Amino acid sequence: MDLLYETLFNGLAIGSVLVLAALGLAVVFGLMGVINMAHGELMMIGAYTTYVVQNIFKASLPEGLFPIYILVSIPIAFLVSGLAGLLLEKTVIRRLYGRPLETLLATWGVSLILQQFVRSVSGAFAIGLVLAVVLGLVLPRLTPRAWWQQRWTPILAVGNWIVSGLVGIAMAAVLGQQRALDEPWFSARNLDVTAPTWLRGSIDLGAVNMPTARLFIIALTIVSLVAVTWFLQKSVWGIRIRSVTQNRPMSDCLGIPTEKVDALTFLVGSGLAGVAGVAVTLLGSVGPNLGGNYIVDCFMVVVLGGVGKLMGTVVAALGIGVLSYLIGSGSLLLLWPAMPSGLNELITFFATTSMAKVLVFAIIVVFLQFRPAGIFPPKGRLVEA
Amino acid sequence: MKPTSTQKTAFRLLGGATALATSLTLVACGGGGGDKMASDGGGGFDGEVKVGILHSRSGTMAISENTVAEAELMAIEEINKAGGVKIDGKKLKIVPVEEDGASDWPTFAEKAKKLIDQDKVDVVFGGWTSASRKAMLPVFEAKDHFLFYPIQYEGQECSKNIFYSGATPNQQAEPAVSWLLKNKGKDFFLVGSDYVYPRTANTIMKEQLKAEGGNLVGEDYLPLGNTEVAPIIAKIKQALPKGGVIVNTLNGDSNVAFFKQMKAAGITPANGYAIMSFSIAEEEVAAIGPEYLEGTYAAWNFFQSLDTPASKKFTADFKAKYGDKRVTNDPAESAYNMVYLWAKGAEKANSVDNKKVREALIGVTFDAPQGPIEVQPNHHTTELVMIGEVQKDGMFKIIENQGIVKPLAWNQFVPETKGYTCDWTQKRPDAGKFKM
Repeated sequence: MDLLYETLFNGLAIGSVLVLAALGLAVVFGLMGVINMAHGELMMIGAYTTYVVQNIFKASLPEGLFPIYILVSIPIAFLVSGLAGLLLEKTVIRRLYGRPLETLLATWGVSLILQQFVRSVSGAFAIGLVLAVVLGLVLPRLTPRAWWQQRWTPILAVGNWIVSGLVGIAMAAVLGQQRALDEPWFSARNLDVTAPTWLRGSIDLGAVNMPTARLFIIALTIVSLVAVTWFLQKSVWGIRIRSVTQNRPMSDCLGIPTEKVDALTFLVGSGLAGVAGVAVTLLGSVGPNLGGNYIVDCFMVVVLGGVGKLMGTVVAALGIGVLSYLIGSGSLLLLWPAMPSGLNELITFFATTSMAKVLVFAIIVVFLQFRPAGIFPPKGRLVEA
Repeated sequence: MKPTSTQKTAFRLLGGATALATSLTLVACGGGGGDKMASDGGGGFDGEVKVGILHSRSGTMAISENTVAEAELMAIEEINKAGGVKIDGKKLKIVPVEEDGASDWPTFAEKAKKLIDQDKVDVVFGGWTSASRKAMLPVFEAKDHFLFYPIQYEGQECSKNIFYSGATPNQQAEPAVSWLLKNKGKDFFLVGSDYVYPRTANTIMKEQLKAEGGNLVGEDYLPLGNTEVAPIIAKIKQALPKGGVIVNTLNGDSNVAFFKQMKAAGITPANGYAIMSFSIAEEEVAAIGPEYLEGTYAAWNFFQSLDTPASKKFTADFKAKYGDKRVTNDPAESAYNMVYLWAKGAEKANSVDNKKVREALIGVTFDAPQGPIEVQPNHHTTELVMIGEVQKDGMFKIIENQGIVKPLAWNQFVPETKGYTCDWTQKRPDAGKFKM
């Protein structure tokens, strides 16, 4: 019996991380159909936000407040990642709606840019970047308006950005001579986010040992789930989002501002990725590769659960969690000691974490052969945008 | 007179052009910085000798390999300052040619070819992962050229064209396991990343445990970069409910997840678990956080905390050159040593020809930051074997010093290689691997 509880708890623990990580993607991919490969990097931004908040608490606030920094990071990470997602939507994704392949490639590119950005950003780099963007926006206003209505205007526009870019690079190179400005903010190294002491221990309940960090993540997952469900089901904007998902042209006709709805959906989805980023700092490292470690799992969960169904995401994530724990830890043998010997050896062979992953993938692939639309396929017909 | 709109335009264009020109010059200057540095103190030399430096300066491995490349460049600069390599009464300046392996193993092979054929270097210092070394090995053997490899590795290799300045398992893993058996317990759990080094190292350890009366209670492998370690923790708790020995050969990001979650689950030194890592040095401790690692062990041939004048000077020089926050570690020291060893080998051979240097190198000694080291006939070096315990400040306290150990290229615990040895001073066709 203890074993059963332990399996359930650990499965829940693994699953809740997956739910949290995939929740934002379920909103963005599920509701908007946007394949956002940069989702993992939005989580990474959330994790780096936690790191920055932690350092601010360490450096400039009284020590007694340090234990709550993780709670403060959650809304901040939601905002930072959400705004980053909004920027991504406004600049890139907006232009690519209805073209999933291009979106996939473009967001993949964005994810690489974001990774490299956190590796190399320094004071000089940031100033140069801001200068380049400001120049690129301001220069056209300083030049005669007539230039911008010619046949060669596109060339001018490209030239304008090249010039601004070069000025930015020059500025960064000059400032980079100074060591203080040349030091990277984060660098390519992994950073250390220290969990406050109350999240470092564990609680024993019966025979089950529950690390508090895991309990915290489970609680955060439940809160996020309730909040998202409430938002989509009850709030005015949530209802608008759902109506746009179901029938975009008709919603447009009825006066729903679909562009705003798209932007808002993306902001919420990205913000949730930021919250997931806060949670994973309690488990693993903060580094440029953080996003890449989660993105495949996220898509797996959303696809398995059924696109567009939050409930599906939850069930799929918990299912994967329990399954990978059962296989990976070899608990199946303990649950069923009298297993026939052939099966017994097979289970032992798969009882390492890396082999468990292979098996879980295989099971999902087989499952999708029989139910291609996932556990909870969308009911009725959707009007394609 | 008010400027007309054409004049305005002209000004703006001029402004733009000036900005463009300035930026181009600056970029050019920035790019040229390296060359300028290399030609510092150009006077007084009678010639040059080119050496290749081939590490990942981009990609996942860049974090670790940058430090190694920096240590090599520092050694080259020091040798040049002291008058360069002296051959035939002539002073030769060492000129490094840097290439980026980009954390991609085929790229390592390709760049090695380029360094040999196009740049005509006399030796290549390079590599970190075993995969990159295995990719370069055929290139160096086919062209009968010379690679110097700095990292502790799994052994089971002895090439005529490669010199290894890092530890073999009998200079790191094996003494550590023996020490654990003697002082910390008989029940071992092995955790590693799923690739060649941890798998081979664990094969050796399993044989050693059999031979020395240890007891393997479990082993597990994580895919590189995986951060979900709950199943492993459950296994450790089942296998070692009351404490025991855990040997960790995880690499990279997984380490952070492993130690954070182990601490949360109460698998800590305070609860009777002795945890020994083979891939965690000073730099990794800082990245993971000393509070998670405090009280765990590591086995290396050099620690920054080693209290000798040579070690202190090495660390001070490294910090002066690359910044106060930087730390030195075993791979950096090993990389630094190999440049000096090569220079001494060349002076002994009185030539920079790679074949002659390779023959002369055997028996060359060097007063390294860790203490004296000597190149052995099997192309590996003797190493000082130490075990350290992680302290609050992220440094290691050296708790065991086993003295200088000679390298064994072929492992004596693994049945397939038991009794084999490697000796390149012997004029026999199978000098790389023959029965003793």
